Amino acid sequence: MLTIKNLKASIEGNQILKGINLEVKPGEVHAIMGPNGSGKSTLASVLAGRDEYEAIADEVTFLGQDLMELAPEERSREGLFLAFQYPVEIPGVSNINFLKAAINAKRHHQGLEDISAKDFIAMVKEKQAMVELKSNLANRSVNEGFSGGEKKRNEIFQMAMLEPKLGILDETDSGLDIDALKIVSNGVNKLKGPDRAFVVITHYQRLLDYIVPDFVHVLFEGRIVKSGGKELALELEEKGYDWIKEEIGVHN
Amino acid sequence: MAYTEAELAEELKNKKYEFGFVSNFDSDKAPKGLNEDIIRLISSKKNEPEWLLKYRLDAFRVWESMTEPEWAHLHHPPIDFQDLHYYSAPKTKKRLNSLDELDPELKSMYDKLGISTEEQKRLTGVAIDVVVDSVSVETSFKEKLGELGIIFCSFSEAVQEHPELVRKYLGTVVPTNDNFYAALNSAVFTDGSFCYIPPGTRCPMELSTYFRINDAQTGQFERTLVIADKGSYVSYLEGCTAPMRDENQLHAAIVELITMDDAEIKYSTIQNWYPGNEEGKGGIYNFVTKRGLCEGRNSKISWTQVETGSAITWKYPSCILKGDGSVGEFYSVAVTNNYQQADTGTKMIHIGKNTKSMIISKGISAGKSNNSYRGLVKVLPKAHNARNFSQCDSLLLGSECGAHTFPYIEAQNSSAKIEHEATTSKIGEDQIFYCLQRGIDEEKAVSLIVNGYAKEVLNKLPMEFAIEAQKLLSISLEGSVG
Ligand SMILES: Nc1ncnc2c1ncn2[C@@H]1O[C@H](COP(=O)(O)OP(=O)(O)OP(=O)(O)O)[C@@H](O)[C@H]1O
Ligand SMILES: [Mg+2]
Repeated sequence: MLTIKNLKASIEGNQILKGINLEVKPGEVHAIMGPNGSGKSTLASVLAGRDEYEAIADEVTFLGQDLMELAPEERSREGLFLAFQYPVEIPGVSNINFLKAAINAKRHHQGLEDISAKDFIAMVKEKQAMVELKSNLANRSVNEGFSGGEKKRNEIFQMAMLEPKLGILDETDSGLDIDALKIVSNGVNKLKGPDRAFVVITHYQRLLDYIVPDFVHVLFEGRIVKSGGKELALELEEKGYDWIKEEIGVHN
Repeated sequence: MAYTEAELAEELKNKKYEFGFVSNFDSDKAPKGLNEDIIRLISSKKNEPEWLLKYRLDAFRVWESMTEPEWAHLHHPPIDFQDLHYYSAPKTKKRLNSLDELDPELKSMYDKLGISTEEQKRLTGVAIDVVVDSVSVETSFKEKLGELGIIFCSFSEAVQEHPELVRKYLGTVVPTNDNFYAALNSAVFTDGSFCYIPPGTRCPMELSTYFRINDAQTGQFERTLVIADKGSYVSYLEGCTAPMRDENQLHAAIVELITMDDAEIKYSTIQNWYPGNEEGKGGIYNFVTKRGLCEGRNSKISWTQVETGSAITWKYPSCILKGDGSVGEFYSVAVTNNYQQADTGTKMIHIGKNTKSMIISKGISAGKSNNSYRGLVKVLPKAHNARNFSQCDSLLLGSECGAHTFPYIEAQNSSAKIEHEATTSKIGEDQIFYCLQRGIDEEKAVSLIVNGYAKEVLNKLPMEFAIEAQKLLSISLEGSVG
């Protein structure tokens, strides 16, 4: 589904990503962990197509297409979704209208007509229930005045509405209370399927108790320095990152 | 073409000589130029009573003694007032039996806005009075309104049918000597709309006038007078379109509103005249004087405007809060793109006790345009407990445009409470990227963000107008990003 070979990215002359390799297959869940500032959000942004970054790679293929050739909105319509670490507020634009615009953009891309009002409302109701989003939040302006946790939950609501092929979750767990964490994770688990993959960026093992990863990767100073199964996350939780730093030190 | 006072005087003399009081010219159009004879001609063409001719001539003399104002934030080549036609009747005087017979150009504008005329008709039964180049072609729903004693007709018709009302109120809110353009309008106005709501009557439909400017080089000088008698209510819509045009056109209208005790007028405007092309060529000069007088106690006047058009807009819909407890409101969205210039705002003059005013202004600038808000809140000595709240926000798209806010406050009564808030923001890269990530393209993203920003004002518009206004905002910002 997603193949990344030797991806490098820099911003304002600073190289942040220094050669990322990653292979994500349909149905898989990959967790990316790593210390603050290691480049996790940068990787997510580059994949989503943020143009502030200068990115080069030997290959970045998403569902058979050269991802870097696609505009950000095309990547989205092709099925790439990013749940932002810091979702922005758009005052005066209702969540509902925003989502309708997003869904219709995707449908037009697929050669379909606008979604009917009836189908749309039914879908909103269903997905809202799925992530237990308070119904007034769906009608309020996009993220405006939302609490930190509400913003995160709204990201997952949007993801559920857009039904992407690949969901990248950037620290969706931070800011969520314990109940919300379960609910959001449940939402993600319900979306899981053989055709859909997730890349979950997180600092905490806790989330991975609920969304169980097939692979865990450690990103450090712009490189994936270690990959393993879900037990790697447990080890990190226990021991922190120092031992990995030592390991690389040794290998370097 | 520039001119000096002396040249103007000379030209006036010549023109007078050249044309005299002619009667044998194309009856559809007065010759270019402005002088007493032209005014007499307009007045006689319209079969006006003597007092109105006198009113015009007095105004003309006042205008002659005035000089064109200059503004710090507006720039345009001098206007040659002798190079304009001051009267033109439409080529076809055909009466429209239905809205379906509307001009195709007007219709195509509706189509672009996604509102068919059929839909317009269906939507809450809007009565539309279309003014094509100064002469009212179509007045609908009049009989229905007539049953309620509501008068809604062209200004010329009102002069013929209800001269006592026109004479009583004309110029009472905007005196002829108010400003250069008001004086000019008072001398040469050719048509417009008149509306009178009798005591205790709630007008059952939105009254709507679609103005447009049609004939090359015809300045438009409309006159609108709306009177809401005691305890009455009316919502009035004014919307404008103009076809593409290469030469600048002057538009100097006057709108006067009067509310008696407990009456309310809600006056909504969508202004989308030709703004000029991307290089700033062409476009309408829009110098309008709009003012409402809250004459009676507890009366209310509310201005809502969406301004997207014109090369230059200069307008300050104002409220004179004379009646005790009266309320004035001003809600405005002004969009400028390319080389457009807008200098708009409001004046709230508190005269009576316990008067309140509310100002919400949202400026949106794109391209190389300039957008200024200029507002005056004045509290006179006897206006005890006057209240004002003003909020003026500016949104910038790109880095080559400008936004300016000039709030003036004059409080002569210490019990006055005046609050002013102002913000300036840029459309954030983050907001745009967020939309892009959800599959929404940049143009649509800007449209969403801008409409969200203007929502507080758009919400004040009647439903069908609000939809049109939203589309208009998007259309006028097309190509302003990327
Ligand atoms: N415009 C910029 N100029 C220079 N450095 C930048 C710029 N933007 C981001 N960076 C740096 O890039 C590095 C990676 O940032 P990124 O947000 O990807 O980290 P992260 O792994 O997501 O961290 P966190 O766990 O705190 O979310 C950081 O050191 C950050 O300071
Ligand atoms: Mg991050």
